[in-house]
Amino acid sequence: MSKAKRIYMDHTAGRPVDPRVMEAMLPYMQSLCGNPSSVHSFGQEARQALEEARTKVAESINAESKESIFLTSGATESNNMAIKGVAFRNKDRGKHIITSNIEHMSVLNPCKFLMTKGFKVTFLPVDQYGFVDLTSLEEELTNETILVSIMYANGEIGTIQPIKEISQMVHRNNAYLHVDAAAANGQVPIDVNDEGIDLLTISSNDMYGPKGVGALYIKKGIRLEPLIHGGGQERGLRSGTENLPGIVGFGKVAEIAKEEMPTESERLKKLRDKLIKGLLGPIPHSFLNGHPTKRLPNNAAVRYSFIEGESILLDLDMKGVAASSGSACTAKTLEPSHVLRAIGLKHEEAHGSLLLTLGKQNTEEEVYYVIRIMPEIVKRLREMSPLTPKELME
Amino acid sequence: MYSEKVMEHFRNPRNMGEIPDADGVGTVGNPVCGDMMTIYIKVKDNRIDDIKFKTFGCGAAIATSSMITEIAKGKTLEEAKKIGRSNVADSLGGLPKVKMHCSNLAADALHTAIEDYQKHKGTKR
Repeated sequence: MSKAKRIYMDHTAGRPVDPRVMEAMLPYMQSLCGNPSSVHSFGQEARQALEEARTKVAESINAESKESIFLTSGATESNNMAIKGVAFRNKDRGKHIITSNIEHMSVLNPCKFLMTKGFKVTFLPVDQYGFVDLTSLEEELTNETILVSIMYANGEIGTIQPIKEISQMVHRNNAYLHVDAAAANGQVPIDVNDEGIDLLTISSNDMYGPKGVGALYIKKGIRLEPLIHGGGQERGLRSGTENLPGIVGFGKVAEIAKEEMPTESERLKKLRDKLIKGLLGPIPHSFLNGHPTKRLPNNAAVRYSFIEGESILLDLDMKGVAASSGSACTAKTLEPSHVLRAIGLKHEEAHGSLLLTLGKQNTEEEVYYVIRIMPEIVKRLREMSPLTPKELME
Repeated sequence: MYSEKVMEHFRNPRNMGEIPDADGVGTVGNPVCGDMMTIYIKVKDNRIDDIKFKTFGCGAAIATSSMITEIAKGKTLEEAKKIGRSNVADSLGGLPKVKMHCSNLAADALHTAIEDYQKHKGTKR
């Protein structure tokens, strides 16, 4: 492999837009410039494109109708809308919310905000693989509980939750289940009907669509308080002129994902397993983060003892490979990732984490390249580290 | 994120390793925080004759360790004690704000090593 070649394995952080999607979007930035709320033909064309995209998004998650899809600016907004929207509108039924310790910040922080507004929030623990403790969930559900918010899969450790089982528990207690599927959509089939999901967060970029677009699926009959007030778009729940090029791209990518996901996911799973095996096998004191099989098809999360994640990333970057880490030193805070802490890792264990997330462009050749350079990187950093046991370097 | 100078020291760290018969050893930080470094010094005629480091940590922690060994080598102990975190950061062409605690560590480790030497001076180690 030539030195100039760069390998991108940080797909959880951001993905390229599918060229077919870009092509579908372009006319809506130029000639098809209408506003879906206008009465003239330009407006009507825009309205039609908007509703077609909405239908495609609905179909990709087997939603009962396109009317249950509310378009947003992305997963963060969808999560905020679901949690605060349900809480404020349903507070007369109860003021208790349950979530887990490994949710995305856009779930945890709205929940923490609600605690300052008189709501009670329970943060469920997870086991060593990152599975939500279902016994705790059962115990914590009361008739005061209005909402349970659990992610479909965790982007950092890859673990996929047993959503159907969780849903049955939640519904026995007459609460709503919100599922943040930002890390999962486009990689695993999601069926809101079959899995019993009341509210679902999905985002476009996670499926190779444009950034800045997402949706919240809301099952018919569930009422929310809007977060954004204005001209009454999205049936009053989300005002603001629709981001039509983005939404058209989202619709296109939802259509493509439905078609191509089964094949691509199988390909990724094979690459993922090769990558994990190669990252761990030849290197002593290395471990997998998350579950070996119940994990996202593209997610290879590992950790190495005695060294620190940011150093690993810099070494990889020098060799042309872009990856991610849950180490404190790559974050704005100086705390290691809350997800890695929640699965029981000590600070020093969490600091040595490395996250490689695969995507459409990644090839077997690239996986082998990463596997080839990794032992050398770990060795260099371990030689520098005062934590490395002497016998390991001999 | 990092200056070219930081990356250069990260790529090619100077004076990395241990001095088995060091006159002074200073270890600061801890693995829980994600940064830990040990500085070893050899002292001759009140000057730092040899200096080496071992570091667990981020790119900035490694680069600052490397840089402080370059700055301190050959200095008198009094001069070396005056090396502060800003000297290290400045010599590296600056550090990201959130990383300033790492460079603090390098100076602290050097000062601890000098104190260790002065405490044990004249005693057989």
